[in-house]
Amino acid sequence: MSDITRDDVAHLARLARLAVTDAELDTFSRQIDAIVDTVSAVGDIPDDIPPTAQVVPQTNVLRPDTTEPSLPREAALAGAPAAEEGRFRVPRILGEEL
Amino acid sequence: MTATVESAPYTVEEVCEQFDPVMGLEVHVELNTATKMFCGCANAFGAEPNTHVCPVCLGLPGSLPRLNGTAVESAIKIGLALNCRVRERSGFARKNYFYPDMPKNFQISQYEDPIVFDGYLDVPLDDGTTWRVEIERAHMEEDTGKSLHVGGATGRIHGADYSLLDYNRSGVPLIEIVTKPIIGAGVRAPEVARAYVTALRDVLRGLGVSDVRMDQGSMRCDANVSLMPKGATGFGTRTETKNVNSLRSVERAVRYEMGRHAGVLLSGGTIRQETRHFDEQSGTTSPGRPKETFADYRFFPEPDLPPLEPSRDWVETLRAALPERPWERRARIQTEWDLSDEELRDLVNADALDLVADTVDAGAPPEAARSWWVSYLSQQANTAGVALTALPITPAQVARVIALVEDGTLTNKLARQVVDGVLAGEGEPDDVVAGRGLAVVSDESALTAAVDEALAAQPAVAEKIRAGKTKAAGAIVGAVMKATRGQADAARVQELVLERCQ
Repeated sequence: MSDITRDDVAHLARLARLAVTDAELDTFSRQIDAIVDTVSAVGDIPDDIPPTAQVVPQTNVLRPDTTEPSLPREAALAGAPAAEEGRFRVPRILGEEL
Repeated sequence: MTATVESAPYTVEEVCEQFDPVMGLEVHVELNTATKMFCGCANAFGAEPNTHVCPVCLGLPGSLPRLNGTAVESAIKIGLALNCRVRERSGFARKNYFYPDMPKNFQISQYEDPIVFDGYLDVPLDDGTTWRVEIERAHMEEDTGKSLHVGGATGRIHGADYSLLDYNRSGVPLIEIVTKPIIGAGVRAPEVARAYVTALRDVLRGLGVSDVRMDQGSMRCDANVSLMPKGATGFGTRTETKNVNSLRSVERAVRYEMGRHAGVLLSGGTIRQETRHFDEQSGTTSPGRPKETFADYRFFPEPDLPPLEPSRDWVETLRAALPERPWERRARIQTEWDLSDEELRDLVNADALDLVADTVDAGAPPEAARSWWVSYLSQQANTAGVALTALPITPAQVARVIALVEDGTLTNKLARQVVDGVLAGEGEPDDVVAGRGLAVVSDESALTAAVDEALAAQPAVAEKIRAGKTKAAGAIVGAVMKATRGQADAARVQELVLERCQ
C-alpha cells in the first residue's frame, strides 16, 4: 500500500481547486492509493534505463519565428462562460492578494 | 486590502555586524522574438486585449506547442554571454498550478535539464572593482497572461469581485536566469544585487535579444534574501521578493529585507519562507499570495515537445558572433573617442552611448555626435518627457545633419531647426532643409550684395570699420543675418564685411 491519506487528497483537491466532500475524501484516498500502487511498478525498473518521455525519436523540432494569424477576438472569447471589455471574466481566486 | 508596512529597524551596517547576507537573484527576461514561444501569435506589447491569441496560447484542447527556433537561439546566446555550458540534450517540463492567468493550467518550462547552466558574470561595481556572480542556470519558459482585478478592493466597480484576463502575453518567450547563492558581499549586498541586474541588462541589450524594459515588465527580478549568523555554516530561511521593477528597487528591496530579517531574528522571531511583494512607494515589502511548495508543482516531462540537442557547430557559430561585453565596449569607445571618465559616465547615464555610437557609425565625428545627443537632443527629450531613445529621430538622421553642418550647408543654429523639423515629423533632414528653406545663404554674390546694402544703410558704422575699428563690424553682421533670416554663415559674413571695407 502507498498510504495515500485523506489529508493528501484534501491537499491535492486544493491544488486542483476542487471541492471535495468528506465522503469523497475516503473514496478518493482509496482509489488514488490503488492507482499509486499500480504505477509504483515503475520503481522496479533498474536505474540505468534512461527515462522515456518521448516515444518518437525526434530532436530539434523548431518553428521559424514568423507570425501566423491569431484568432479573431470574438472567436477567442466565444467559448468563455463570461467576457467583459474584450477580456475573459473569471471569479476571483479566494485568498488572493489584490 | 492594505499591506502591513513593517519598518526595517536595522541598517545594512548593523545587520552585517552580526549576520552574513546570502542572496539569490532570479531574473525573467521576455525575448523580443517576432512570435511567441510555442505558437505563431505576435509577441507584441500593448495590443488590444486578446487579439494575439490562438488555440495554443489559450490552452484549447487538442492544440500542440511548436517551439520557436529563434527563442532557442536567443537562450543559447544568453548562456554563452554568461559563460555558461550548453547542455547537449535538454527538454521541457510541465509546471502544474491552477491560476487564471495560465490557461493550460500548466506552464511549459524546463526543470532538470535547463538549456544552459554553470556560468558566471563579472559585474562592474561602482568603485571600479568587479564582483563575480555565479550563474546556476538559465532556462526557457513561457509568460502568463495578465489579470485585471475588478472589485471592492480596487473600487472600480463597487461590490464586483472578479478578474478580467488578457492572454496576449500568454506564451511570450521567457528566459529565467538564476544565480547561485551570492555569499560574502556583506554590506555591499544591495549594491552587488543592483550591479548584477544592471550588468545583466546591459549584456542582454548588447545581445539584442530583449527590450529589457523593467518598467514594461520585459525584465523582472525576484530577490531571494536570507541571513546567517556570523560563523554559521547553514543558510537561514529565505524570502523571495517579487515585483522589483527598477534597478534602484533591486537595491532597496535587498536592503529592506536584510534589515527586516535582522529585526525579526534579533527579537527572537523566525523568518517565514514566503513570497513577498515590493512596494515602490514605501520601499518596503509585504507578504504576497501564498504559493505552492516546490513539490506541489508536480513537474513532469512535456510529452509534446521533442528534446533539444544543439549541435556543436550551431553553438560555436553563435559563440563566434557574440558581441563585445558592454563594459569592454565602453572602455574601447572611451579610448577611441578620447573621453574623460566623466564624459563617458554622462553618456551612459543619459542612455546615449548606443545612439552616439550608431551616429558615429553613420559617419559623424564622435565629438559632434556626442554633443548633439547629450545637449540639444537630451533637452528636447526632457521637454517632451520621453526617453532619449524614444525621440523620433534616428542616429543616421543626426549624422546627416552633422554632415550638412560640416559641408557648410547649415549653421549650428539652422541645424537645430532642421532637427526640430525631423522631430516634428517633417521627414528626412534634407526634406526639412528644402521644406523650410533653411540652407545657409552661401551664394557669395547674394551675401556680398547684402553686406554692401547693410554698409550703405549704416554709413557711420562703415566709416568706423574702414578706420580700423573692426569690432564695429558686429552691427553690420547682425543686419546681414537679419536680412538673410539667420541663414547666412555669420563667420563668413564677418569676413565679407571686413573685405568690403578694406
